[in-house]
Amino acid sequence: MALNYDEAVAKYEPTLGLEVHVELNTKSKMFCSCSTEFGGEPNTQTCPVCLGLPGALPVVNGKAIESTILIGLALNCSIAPFSRFARKNYFYPDMPKNFQTSQYDEPICVNGYLDVEIETEEGPKQFRVEIERVHMEEDTGKSLHVGGATGRIHGAEYSLLDYNRAGIPLVEIVTKIVGGTGKYAPQVARAYVTELRDILRSLGVSDVKMEQGSMRCDVNLSLAPIGSGSLGTRSETKNVNSLRSVERAVIGEVIRQSNRLEAGERIVQETRHFLEESGQTRPGRSKEQAEDYRYFPEPDLVPVVPESAWIEELRATLPERPSVRRARLKSEWSVPDKEMTSLVNAGLLDAVEETIAFGAEPTRARSWWLGEISRLANEREVDPTSLITPSQVAEVISLIQSGELTDKLARQVVEGVIAGEGTPSEVIAKRGLKVVSDDGALMLAIEAAIAAQPETAERIRGGNIPAAGALIGAVMKATGGQADAAKVRELLLKHLGQFEKATGE
Amino acid sequence: MSAISRDDVAHLAKLARISMSDAELDHLAQEMDLILGAVARVQEVAASDVPPTSHPIPVNNVVRQDVVRPSLTPQEALSGAPAQSEDRFKVPQILGEE
Repeated sequence: MALNYDEAVAKYEPTLGLEVHVELNTKSKMFCSCSTEFGGEPNTQTCPVCLGLPGALPVVNGKAIESTILIGLALNCSIAPFSRFARKNYFYPDMPKNFQTSQYDEPICVNGYLDVEIETEEGPKQFRVEIERVHMEEDTGKSLHVGGATGRIHGAEYSLLDYNRAGIPLVEIVTKIVGGTGKYAPQVARAYVTELRDILRSLGVSDVKMEQGSMRCDVNLSLAPIGSGSLGTRSETKNVNSLRSVERAVIGEVIRQSNRLEAGERIVQETRHFLEESGQTRPGRSKEQAEDYRYFPEPDLVPVVPESAWIEELRATLPERPSVRRARLKSEWSVPDKEMTSLVNAGLLDAVEETIAFGAEPTRARSWWLGEISRLANEREVDPTSLITPSQVAEVISLIQSGELTDKLARQVVEGVIAGEGTPSEVIAKRGLKVVSDDGALMLAIEAAIAAQPETAERIRGGNIPAAGALIGAVMKATGGQADAAKVRELLLKHLGQFEKATGE
Repeated sequence: MSAISRDDVAHLAKLARISMSDAELDHLAQEMDLILGAVARVQEVAASDVPPTSHPIPVNNVVRQDVVRPSLTPQEALSGAPAQSEDRFKVPQILGEE
C-alpha cells in the first residue's frame, strides 16, 4: 500500500533546505558593462569578459555588491568584513569560461534568519528559518537543444548557446537545515519563499518574477523516522518556478521518499527536476561522485572589504518589513484579506499607497488600480504602474468625488492618459469630457425629453417612479453621456413633483 | 613522494571531458607531480608571518559604476566560434548530463 502525504508525515519527519537564486536588476552585468536587458536578440549582449576570451579582465559591479549587502541586512545577516570571489570549475557550455565566478568559503553575508508565519490547526504559528549564507555569483547562458524529440539534452544532436544572460548578477540565498516543521513543511517552505520575494521586492533589488526566472528555488528535502534524531539522505529538486510549486514539490518528495523507505530502498543523493503538470519529480544527475568543482580564489578580482560606516548607511535605508507593512496598510485601509492578497500579488501596494497620499479615497484608489488599470495593463502585457502615475490616478478620483466626472467618463480619461494624450486635465479638455452639471442646460434637456414623451411624464406624475428611467435615458443620450445620472434623476423628479415621494420610499 | 596518482589524472580528464590513453595518463601523472613539486617549494620559503594571498597587489574594493557600454555585435562575438547557427554558438551534443 502506497503511503499518502498524511500517512507519510505521521511516520517520517521532513527536514528542509531551500536555495533561492535571484537575478539582481542592475543595468549592467556582474563583471562587465554589457546590458542585462531581458529578451534581446541572441548574443547581442556579450563582450570579451562574459565570453571568457583570453586576456579579458572582470571588474565587479559596485551596485551589485550594494544590493547583496542590502539583502543580507534585510535577512538579519552579518556582513563579512572580508569576502572574496572564487572560481567554480565545471566543463559545460552554459559558461563559456569553463567556470562560474561565485563565492565559496568567504561569502559576503552569513548567519541570518527570517521569521515566517503559517496557519496551523492550532492557529497562526511562527517558524524561524535560519539563513546560512547569501553570496554573489553570475547567471549562465541559455542553451537550446536541437534534435531529439523532447527538447531535453538527452538525445539532442547539438546545442545552441546564447550568452546574453551569462554574467547577469545572481545572488544565492541558502538556508540552514529547517527542521521541526513536521507536517507543515510544505507551508513553511512556501511562506519562506513568499516572504523572501516580498522583502526582495521591497528592497527594489530584483524583479523577483518566478515565472520569468528572475527568482528560482531549489528544494532540498530528506526524511527520517520520527523520533530517530537522525537526518536522512536528501534530494535536491530544481526547476521549482512558482510559490505553489514550492509547496507541491515538498509534498511530492515527502510522498516519493517515504514510499521508497517503506519499500526498504535507500534514498539516492541526487538532483531531481520538478514536473509542473504532475507535481512529481524526475531524477536528474546523481551527485554521489559528480560534484567536484575545484573551487579556488578568483585571481582576477580583488577582495570585497566593505567599510562598516557604509554598511550602517545601507542599514538605515532598509524599508519597513513587508509583513509589518502589510498588516499596517490592511488595517489603515480596512481591506478584506482576499483583496489584500490580490494587491500584494499584483505588486500594487506602493501605487495604491501613493495614490492615497495624493488625497484619493482608499477604496476608490484600490478599485481603480486593481480594476480598470490592471485590465488595461493586462491587455498590453505591461505592468500597471508603467501606464499611469499615482498622482494622475488621484486626480481622476478627486474629479469623481467632486462630481465633475462620472465613472464612465473617468474611464475615458484614464484611457486618454494611457494613450499619451497628456495629464487628466489635458485629456478632459481635449476630449470635452466634463460632466454637464449646469442645471440650466440639464433642465432644457429634461424639458425636451418630457415634450417628446408626454405619456411617460404623465405616468411619473401619477406616482410611477420607475418610469423615470426612460426619460433619464433620453437626457443622458441628449447630453452625450456627460451628465451625472443621479443629478438628472433628482432634477426630473423635482420638476414633476415626485422627488420627495421617490426619496421617501 | 608522489602526490598525483594515475587515478587523479583520469578523474581530472573526465571532469575536463578529455579522452586519454593509458600511456598518456601515466605520462601526465609524472609531469603533474613534477609541476606540483616545483610549486610546493614556495611553501618551504613562506614563513608563518606571510599570509596566503589570491592576488599579487594588496588592494581591495575595486568596483565599476553600474553603467551599460556597447557590446560586441553577434558577428564579432561569433567570429572565433568553430561552429555557429542562428546567431548562436553551436556545440556538440552534451553527453552524460541532464
